[in-house]
Amino acid sequence: MATVGRALLILALAVALYGIAASIYGAVRGRDEWVASGRRSIYAIAALVTGSFAILEVAFLRSDFQFATVASHSSTTTPTFYKAAAAWSSQEGSLLLWLWLLSLWASLVLFATRRQLRRVAPYATAVLLGFAAFFAALLVFLETPFALLAAVPAEGAGLNPLLRHPSMMIHPPMLYSGYTLFTIPFAFAVGALIARQVGAADWIRATRRFALGAWLFLGIGILLGARWSYAELGWGGYWAWDPVENASLLPWLTGTAFIHSIMIQEKRGMLKIWNVSLVLATGTLAILGTFLVRSGILDSIHAFGASTLGVPFVILIAVLIAASIGLVVWRRAELRSENRLDSLLSREAIFLLNNLVLVAMAFVVFWGTFWPLIAEALTGTRRALGPPWFDTYTVPLAIVLVLLSGVGPVIAWRKATVSNARRNFMLPVLAALALGAVLAAFGAASRPLALAMFVCGAFVVASVGQEFWRGVGVRRAMTGEKPLRALRSLVARNRRRYGGYLVHVGMALLFVGVAASTAFNDARDVRLAPGQSVRAGDYEFTYERATSRISTRDGGLQKISFGAVVDVRRDGRHVTTLRPERGYYPSRDLSGLGPVGRFFEGEATSEVGLKAGLRRDIWTAMTPDIRRLLPTIEEGDRVFSAAAGKLSPQLEGQALGVALDGIVKKYLADRPEATFRVITSPLVTWIWIGAIVVFLGGLIALWPGPDAARRRVAARYAARVAEDLGRA
Amino acid sequence: MPPARKRKIRLVVSLSAAVVLACALVFTSVSASSEAVTPSELAGAKAGASYQLTGKVVDSSVRTTNGGVDFRVRDRNGTSSVPVEYKGAIPDPFKEGREVIVTVRKEGATYVGERDSLVTKCPSKFTEDATQRNS
Amino acid sequence: MDIVALLVILAVLGAVVTLVSAPLRGGAVEQVRSESADQVAELEAAKEAKYREIRDAELDWRGGKLSEEDHRVLDRQLRAEAVEILKALDDARG
Repeated sequence: MATVGRALLILALAVALYGIAASIYGAVRGRDEWVASGRRSIYAIAALVTGSFAILEVAFLRSDFQFATVASHSSTTTPTFYKAAAAWSSQEGSLLLWLWLLSLWASLVLFATRRQLRRVAPYATAVLLGFAAFFAALLVFLETPFALLAAVPAEGAGLNPLLRHPSMMIHPPMLYSGYTLFTIPFAFAVGALIARQVGAADWIRATRRFALGAWLFLGIGILLGARWSYAELGWGGYWAWDPVENASLLPWLTGTAFIHSIMIQEKRGMLKIWNVSLVLATGTLAILGTFLVRSGILDSIHAFGASTLGVPFVILIAVLIAASIGLVVWRRAELRSENRLDSLLSREAIFLLNNLVLVAMAFVVFWGTFWPLIAEALTGTRRALGPPWFDTYTVPLAIVLVLLSGVGPVIAWRKATVSNARRNFMLPVLAALALGAVLAAFGAASRPLALAMFVCGAFVVASVGQEFWRGVGVRRAMTGEKPLRALRSLVARNRRRYGGYLVHVGMALLFVGVAASTAFNDARDVRLAPGQSVRAGDYEFTYERATSRISTRDGGLQKISFGAVVDVRRDGRHVTTLRPERGYYPSRDLSGLGPVGRFFEGEATSEVGLKAGLRRDIWTAMTPDIRRLLPTIEEGDRVFSAAAGKLSPQLEGQALGVALDGIVKKYLADRPEATFRVITSPLVTWIWIGAIVVFLGGLIALWPGPDAARRRVAARYAARVAEDLGRA
Repeated sequence: MPPARKRKIRLVVSLSAAVVLACALVFTSVSASSEAVTPSELAGAKAGASYQLTGKVVDSSVRTTNGGVDFRVRDRNGTSSVPVEYKGAIPDPFKEGREVIVTVRKEGATYVGERDSLVTKCPSKFTEDATQRNS
Repeated sequence: MDIVALLVILAVLGAVVTLVSAPLRGGAVEQVRSESADQVAELEAAKEAKYREIRDAELDWRGGKLSEEDHRVLDRQLRAEAVEILKALDDARG
């Protein structure tokens, strides 16, 4: 089957190359049948890659260790869900997933636009096929998922235990969906530029939902990563401005700007150059994001040292950047604005400002991430920037962004009069300032930036709330519906608007959560003996006693955990009991490790003790001190090495089990000290709540309106009537 | 003021703001960044300055201490190594033989790691033996 | 390579070639909208957007975001733009 899988990919590559030629030929010569053939190439690739991916998945689910990928990333003891997801935990599997998603979305958009965009679609098809060919070529020539092992091992290496978390498994498909969906508007923008159709907004209309979907998926992927970091890793944070994180944030920032600025092009025919540049940048950044984490360019500060993919990736990025700039310059005449900005006090101006802030943020993140390379290129010495530098710039920019997201919904299009603006903003501004004063009285003024974010967040919630209130009021005045019904029909009839407002509220909640948990958290690293306690925030954490256990699965040992029971109290009253642990997985590499020692030399994972709440989170992780166990482990190694071969495997297994049991019990008997990190941090849960609200708002905005056609007809007649009346 | 002039002023203002931001960025990135080095390059380290050290954890060099861990870091393809004292939470993937990045400050004969700056590269995807997996 | 795999690959190859070459061999080719139809669609979309603007402006006025005077001016302007689009639409439809 591996041969078939490989062959399907080779076939996909061949079809992609054919399709590029066919599409371009059909476009240049105006031959529809060749364009259709090019379009069908995408469908064919989708089918081929689906087959290839299915073969890989089946191999994982059946634990077919003849596949090198399966052997190195899965094992018979891996739970089924993780077996399926392990397919994309490997380099080659994740590239295959990327190609598969690309082919699916591309098929969808080309099918949906098969009767339109005569001049643009063929070139867009060629671009999408180009991406497909690139990834297929990587899979065929450099990183094949279908490599076979000459000697089939009895057991695989297993999935890295750090990845055994549902959000870590859904995180890559979400991210890749985001990246691949962004290539759709990219491809159509390129097509529109080549075909001189950028003036018309056809290409935007056809791909608007794909851009929004991309934005949504990418955002979810980023947040899942943050959640995993917070709930699974032992450091208690959710964002570290790590190159890997930044790589995914960049296209999201420019994508957010794009979603807003296309509304202006739709309404006023303005910002054409800006929109086209934004979408080209977003697509390029999506490719950059895909490869940054696997190219070795940044993780290892040595360029291209650590991976075979570095060079092809850089070539692709260079091509994308050069082509984008070239295209925009070549077609700049088509990109002239139809209108101009009427007034700075208008929604258009706010959108523009929002775009500038987002692009500024993207530039800051880009600069900080690539600074090591830039510095090396310019000065010869490599230099690195830490989180504080990023925070210096992104925090003020984020505050301004949140503020703008509260102004936008309330201000009128084209030109708002000052008196009206005053009337509309009075209530939200007063509400926000009032809240700010209250918070300041409670001590929030000690962290002015956080206070500013709270005030702006409150402003957003108040102004959007006012919008909903007024909208429901208008609707009720027009139709007499009950409030809840009026709300539903209001949102249903204006999905983009109110969905968008909801997204703003979600983002405000998210940023408030970030501000509160960063500025007002209390974290301590301490070493405690049983019975000792430490104070963080208003809470007292007491290390009551040690815990230890052996986890087995299907008769085999899965991990050995050492943990603690931590009692948390506030003002003497019991709040919760946390059970943080550290789990030690046995090492697969048997060489050089003792028969007993190897159970402590594999991967280690933290199980975090977390009590989440609406007001604050209580978080703890621990590292056990197993130094006192080392002599016993070493003795065990000596005894079992000496007895090697003298016992039957079954007896040896049993004896080993008894020995490990003894060690685990010794840990408890020793009443050992342990190192704890305890954190109390306010409003963290609002980050996740805000994310869910953003997701809901995005879904509403994405959802197609049901009776749009009916409304169109009715509106047409109504307008004609009014127009006739106006003329008479 | 005629619209064209208004637009010109707006353009100048926004361009100036962009230039100011860019200059601030460049200036602070130069001053706030720490030099990225390998262990062999740390020989010329100045006491008190912070460096971002990248390298591999030397086998058998890891010692748990009361507050954290002490270990040695060597060049990826070399043997010269330096001692690092790190206090704080140890990242889960940290093990000997793994590649790490840690921000350190020279104190006497040893290098003290900054809290939460220890990053261990995830071994699954980004190893050099990618070539071994091809067939 | 075993014979089953080879047969599967050949079958797939055949299917792919059939699918992709169908338009070239006289199979059904999707009727793509002509230039003029494109123009009409573009104007239709512009008209829809303009109607949405008019409705939004009314909503804004009723919701208190725009004063009566401001709304009257804006409404007149938007309806004039809508008229232009309708005229262009009639021309494009011939």
